Amino acid sequence: MFTILESRDLAPSIRYLRVAAPKIARRRKAGQFVIVRVDGDGERIPLTIADSDSTEGWIALVVQGVGKTTKAINLLEAGDSLSDVAGPLGMPSRIDEVGTAVVIGGGVGTAIAYPTAVALKEAGNHVISIIGAQTGAQIVLESEMEVACDEVYVTTDDGSVGYHGFVTGKLSELIDEGRQLDLVIAIGPIPMMKAVAEVTRPCAIDTIVSLNPIMVDGTGMCGGCRVVVGDETKFACVDGPEFDAHQVDFDLLERRNRAYATFEHQRDSDMQAAIDLQSAS
Amino acid sequence: MNELTKRERMAMSRSEMPARPADERNSDFGEVNLGFTAGLAVLEAQRCLMCRRPVCIEGCPVGVQITEFIDLVAAGDFGEAAKVIKRDNSLPAICGRVCPQEDQCEGACVLAKKGKPIAIGALERFVADFEREHDLMHAEPTAIRTGKSVAIVGSGPAGLACATDLAKLGHDVTVFEALHELGGVLSYGIPEFRLPKEIVAAEVEQLELLGVRFVTNAVIGMMDTIDDLLDEEGFDAVFIGVGAGLPRFPNVPGENLIGVYSANEFLTRINLMKAYQVGSDTPIFDVTGKAVAVFGGGNTAMDAIRTSLRLGASTATLVYRRSREEMPARHEEVEHAEEEGVGFQMLTAPLAFLGDNDGFLTGMRLQAMQLGEPDESGRRRPVPVPGAVTTKDVDMVVIAIGNAPNPLLAKTAPDLEHTRWGTLLADATTGRTSKRGVFAGGDIVTGGATVILAMGAGRTAAASIDEFLRTDDWERSVQ
Ligand SMILES: Cc1cc2nc3c(=O)[nH]c(=O)nc-3n(C[C@H](O)[C@H](O)[C@H](O)COP(=O)(O)OP(=O)(O)OC[C@H]3O[C@@H](n4cnc5c(N)ncnc54)[C@H](O)[C@@H]3O)c2cc1C
Ligand code: SF4
Ligand code: FES
Repeated sequence: MFTILESRDLAPSIRYLRVAAPKIARRRKAGQFVIVRVDGDGERIPLTIADSDSTEGWIALVVQGVGKTTKAINLLEAGDSLSDVAGPLGMPSRIDEVGTAVVIGGGVGTAIAYPTAVALKEAGNHVISIIGAQTGAQIVLESEMEVACDEVYVTTDDGSVGYHGFVTGKLSELIDEGRQLDLVIAIGPIPMMKAVAEVTRPCAIDTIVSLNPIMVDGTGMCGGCRVVVGDETKFACVDGPEFDAHQVDFDLLERRNRAYATFEHQRDSDMQAAIDLQSAS
Repeated sequence: MNELTKRERMAMSRSEMPARPADERNSDFGEVNLGFTAGLAVLEAQRCLMCRRPVCIEGCPVGVQITEFIDLVAAGDFGEAAKVIKRDNSLPAICGRVCPQEDQCEGACVLAKKGKPIAIGALERFVADFEREHDLMHAEPTAIRTGKSVAIVGSGPAGLACATDLAKLGHDVTVFEALHELGGVLSYGIPEFRLPKEIVAAEVEQLELLGVRFVTNAVIGMMDTIDDLLDEEGFDAVFIGVGAGLPRFPNVPGENLIGVYSANEFLTRINLMKAYQVGSDTPIFDVTGKAVAVFGGGNTAMDAIRTSLRLGASTATLVYRRSREEMPARHEEVEHAEEEGVGFQMLTAPLAFLGDNDGFLTGMRLQAMQLGEPDESGRRRPVPVPGAVTTKDVDMVVIAIGNAPNPLLAKTAPDLEHTRWGTLLADATTGRTSKRGVFAGGDIVTGGATVILAMGAGRTAAASIDEFLRTDDWERSVQ
């Protein structure tokens, strides 16, 4: 059992949880994830470690309630627990001193990008972050990013806060201004990562994305998480989750992530009905 | 005990394992075999000739005292018989169900020539079930404590067997398992209908009674490394039994389409995550009324294809690139699969998988094969028949063509020597690796093999670990 030490909303349906997991906290590096099960019958889902403290022995997770399991996690409060947390898994982010690095986070992806931004800064880089969401209320970790990075740009699809448009719009602006960008790391929805890859491809800026395929074990045992990078099949849980954006087959990833769409839709609406019933009574 | 003459015994017919009717069992996950009744067991045991030189024992990888236990069964002393088996095999309820007896004890039995070897596997299973069901399993911690501690990485048969012996010798044993459930392939690979999970759980419980500690969700290499276990956690020795868990794919176009699974993924979703149960949170491709093909010829392939029938597939075809005789699966599984309605398409290999615009599998292109010259394994190598290519509709495919060792642990322990196939280098008679204090056994050393070989390797290593802990002498060889 892994006790939840703190649980609070960051934005509507996005929650920040601190979980007691001393061994994982001691080992984890930016870019790694854990596999979590809520309870004895639960599915195994991957969640990126957003932060940790090795002396206090906790890791932080930022969870967007989109499916049954993530919604269930987001109902948990401090003092509750998760039945299983395994990790840290995956390859850590490659943190080098490159000069200027742009860290792009879309939606809850900002939380995943945050530790990488911190590590890049510590490695001596000039770090620019671009954090985007549909609307201002969904922007997360803006103040943390302000502390960690040299420049922070907020973008919203509806223009309610910051730059009006997508993260790629802001990125293109920086490129057009003639800024020397040595590395771009983009973490967020697949269409966003794919769009970032297309923006940086013509000017050959090194670009890394963090992929989120469906996983089961997270240890390289099942191959469910396979993605195609270049012409090679890779297991994202052990070979990734971070890969060269210019080599990733995003269309395949997007299709494979829809494998269980019907099942998930049914399951999630059953879950919502149960929650509604509970709150009605 | 046995009053019958040799001639009378020879005249008796072999008792067959009672099984549920094929058309009933192929739509649920309940166990297929029902096991001997006490009456059948005694009858079968009486058939044993009690050979002066029991070749059956020579055929058993761990040397179970077969004649001694069968004699006790014939006398009706089932509890005592279980104790005899357990001297050499700590997991008889499991081995009785999954060992390839036809290649081992029963294959060696003198009566095999006449086609009716003693049903040693069924007797082993009966005796072990009797012991469990009559609550005769009473493990308790050994009184003597050596003060030494051993970390066991992986809770498959190799790790469990090693843990059992070390705990009985009075060492403190902690088993680290990456998954949330214990048992390795016994839990995530072999389905409920062949090995009920309550049996695996009962064995684990015995180990807990022996004082063994289990830590789940412990991915060694990522969480603690082998060095951490030895240096920081203070373990005096480490046993690595992490299995061969990296699925192989045939490397043909279309193998990443939705609906193409590795056997590991398919079986893990079913067995570990219980995706077959209504209301499970883990999804599985819906094959109701659909066509399924499984590629491979081993036990894994049989488990996958029989599982797909139970999920409601309308056709279930096993596709294998050699001929039926070469299939490495247990004979019983092949027979059961056939009875349940599995179709066999032999001498066929995949060329490509075909899909629709949404990335879902819709068909497969197959190449007919013929057997050519023998290869390194001594089996005749399948070679393509020129031009013999066909296309077939299919909705789900499971690839069960074998596993390679998972490199996860190796990557984080560079001082452990590996073979060029990625298996861990360990001495066969001692389980010693290239690193002081670290031992290994099971599929990680041999590549995918069998439960009993993994168990045997765990026990061999346990003896050698005990020797090392007592003498602190790494060079010395263990007999
Ligand atoms: C579907 C299937 C059916 C089979 N049927 C039969 C059969 O009928 N008869 C038979 O004799 N054999 C059968 N086998 C083969 C047999 O199961 C294996 O040979 C045997 O289980 C190997 O045992 P092991 O202990 O070496 O490894 P495993 O059983 O593979 O166990 C290894 C364990 O280590 C864990 N692990 C891996 N990496 C780490 C890590 N870094 N840290 C912590 N833990 C880790 C794994 O999660 C796993 O639980 C079958 C195999 C499969 C896949
Ligand atoms: S070889 Fe067969 S008949 Fe002879 S002792 Fe063994 S089981 Fe009995
Ligand atoms: S999640 Fe199973 S191999 Fe990656």
